[in-house]
Amino acid sequence: MITKIAFVRKKEIPPSAPPITEVGLIGWLRQNLFSSWLNSTLTVLSVYFIVIMLWDFIPWAYGGHWNTKSLRECLDLDPDVACFSVLTARWKQLLFGLYPAEEYWRPTLTFIFLLLAIVPILFPKFFRFFWFSIIYPGLAVWLLWGGSFWSISIVYIGLTLGALFFLTLIRRYLKNYMIAAILAFLFTAVFFLFISNPLVGLLNVILPISLPFVESLKMGGFTLSLIVGVTGIVASFPIGILLALGRQSNLPVIKMICVGFIEFIRGVPLITLLFVASVLLNYFLPPGTNFDIVLRVVIMVTLFSAAYMAEVIRGGLAGLPLGQHEASASLGLTYWQSQRLIIMPQALKISIPGIVNTFIGLFKDTTLVSIISLRDPVGLASTIRADQKWNGIYWELYVAIGLMFFIFCWGMSQYSQYLERKLKTDK
Amino acid sequence: MKKLFLGVLTGLALAAGGTFAGTLDDVKARGNLLCGVSTGAPGFATVDDSGKDVGFDVDYCRALAAAIFGDPMAVKFVGLTSAVRFTALAAGEVDILARNTTWTYSRDTDLKQTFLGVNYYDGQGFMVKKELGVKSTTELDGATVCIQVGTTTELNLADYFKENGMSYEPVPTADNAESQQQYLAGACDTYTTDASALHGTRVNLENPDDHLVLPEIISKEPLGPLVRHGDDNWADIGRWVLNALVIAEEKGITKANIDSWKDTKDAEIHRLLGTGDDDILAMVGLPKNAMYNAIKAGGNYGEIFENNLGATSGINIERGVNASWTKGGILYSPPFR
Repeated sequence: MITKIAFVRKKEIPPSAPPITEVGLIGWLRQNLFSSWLNSTLTVLSVYFIVIMLWDFIPWAYGGHWNTKSLRECLDLDPDVACFSVLTARWKQLLFGLYPAEEYWRPTLTFIFLLLAIVPILFPKFFRFFWFSIIYPGLAVWLLWGGSFWSISIVYIGLTLGALFFLTLIRRYLKNYMIAAILAFLFTAVFFLFISNPLVGLLNVILPISLPFVESLKMGGFTLSLIVGVTGIVASFPIGILLALGRQSNLPVIKMICVGFIEFIRGVPLITLLFVASVLLNYFLPPGTNFDIVLRVVIMVTLFSAAYMAEVIRGGLAGLPLGQHEASASLGLTYWQSQRLIIMPQALKISIPGIVNTFIGLFKDTTLVSIISLRDPVGLASTIRADQKWNGIYWELYVAIGLMFFIFCWGMSQYSQYLERKLKTDK
Repeated sequence: MKKLFLGVLTGLALAAGGTFAGTLDDVKARGNLLCGVSTGAPGFATVDDSGKDVGFDVDYCRALAAAIFGDPMAVKFVGLTSAVRFTALAAGEVDILARNTTWTYSRDTDLKQTFLGVNYYDGQGFMVKKELGVKSTTELDGATVCIQVGTTTELNLADYFKENGMSYEPVPTADNAESQQQYLAGACDTYTTDASALHGTRVNLENPDDHLVLPEIISKEPLGPLVRHGDDNWADIGRWVLNALVIAEEKGITKANIDSWKDTKDAEIHRLLGTGDDDILAMVGLPKNAMYNAIKAGGNYGEIFENNLGATSGINIERGVNASWTKGGILYSPPFR
């Protein structure tokens, strides 16, 4: 039986190119922008609004004046474009506030060191440089406020001696951590009460290193935003962890203190706390006390942010299955070991978006200090407008300030996304 | 016996003085004056492009510092927002508040402060676009008004429209800059604030001639420096430095010609400049040439006005009621004797 077969394909058909509507630019557009009637309409509308905004904004910004002496001059030249001359005249103030001009290198150096100091914290590859991150806070305080080098480094010397004393006790003489810790604390206290002052005096005589003192009134601009923001962020994180753990503690006193603190701080607006810091504290302190205003604000912002941080981390802790706690206990780990090795790494990983959210919120909240008279960028904007040369400038300043904040906040958000990708274990 | 009695009295007085009359001593011990000024009020206080404090209130504090120390730079300016100004003064963060602050009954009494006088008679005014065709505030019935919330201007506005049987629709704003933006964007027909600020704003609009500050002033806003209750000597010092600046203008003493009055027949000028025999400034604990230094610092009242608010400043405010009483204004200082 012979069946005639007209054609038998011996080879596989080579794959043909996908339809033109599915690949390349057109395919991308169809998939992402015009996949349905609703999406097509939204796309067209969005494009329309973006175009009409940029239509006005680009010529306004691109043609802007940069070198006039006053707003009046800008308006006389061409009133329809931006008058960025105010930034040319005042960019140093927006960055450094009223910091003395001949000392601008100090905040600049502090900022560069800040970038270096956070690298070991952000990227584990460089963890061997962590010592710099520890030195940095003292260095920054000394650079920004000035004064004697030794009066700042004595804090480090005292704490190092205290730590060494503690380690020696543990290794050589004592088994009990508690007693050793108390003795080390007493040792450190004695050092700071009786020895540190004469020692600083002596060191100042032997090797006088000092910078001209700059008072807090002169701090301002983005320098101030960064001082308050970065200190708040760095300090609120560990405090937040402790508060979150304390809130879950089995010890009623600790639990009550933590819950009370968190609920009180969360129940009060930040601006109220700032008013307390700026105004009310002076009534309670003895007259003549010079409790630095920037320090007061930093403390309040830190406490405020720590309460929120505690709740974010508590969310992460609640997200962990109970089995993790039990498993670590069954391995014979102590409370702190299991927190450090098992619980916290997982809880913090879950909480990354919330933590960064709090950080970004805190950084933007620093602009509230303008209400209690500190000259942050927003406060400076009104100071600059009070100069008749720039009276009436509005958008140019806010565009510039907004851009600066965007850079910092966007950077934080990008890092958090990088961290999430890196720590992703459930593929 | 009488001598002993007097001695005891003097001792008591000194002790009392040590307890109460402290501000001048505190300031001297500190080496500088702490002066609370606005963080930004056009003409009154701000920092210039180089970061130097400038303004009408700033110059008053420089004069005060010059009177005490002989050095107009021996003063630290503390920028204060309106929200914290009174508490900052009460809590001792500043020695004196020169922050374009309106003198009112309750601020004087309830807030326990002493106003030292008036250094600028301000009042609330209105700005409109000329194309609106309005020539007087009485024609503003039914207008939308941009108004800064939480200020005395808001209350004055309500009172004024009610008195005149007119209605208005408020457009609330946070500060003068926002009022201005809303007004320019057409969100309101008119915007109202202190006339001094209106003039400063108008000069910097795209076409100042398209806008009009209406002639009526609807409120009294006497601005002046103030100190805490409880130290009358300190209040006297602040008050008489202000008066000295006013008298200097009246007498024609300027920063430039201040050294040429040594042979004048006018006894008051000799008392003022400390060129005569009697040293009346010792009564308040100031050096004999204190007022000389104060006037030398930034000139007399008229010069300070001209540099910060008048034509030289670009704000172009007329002297008006703020002229000396000898020139048709209401600025009048008690005699210096």
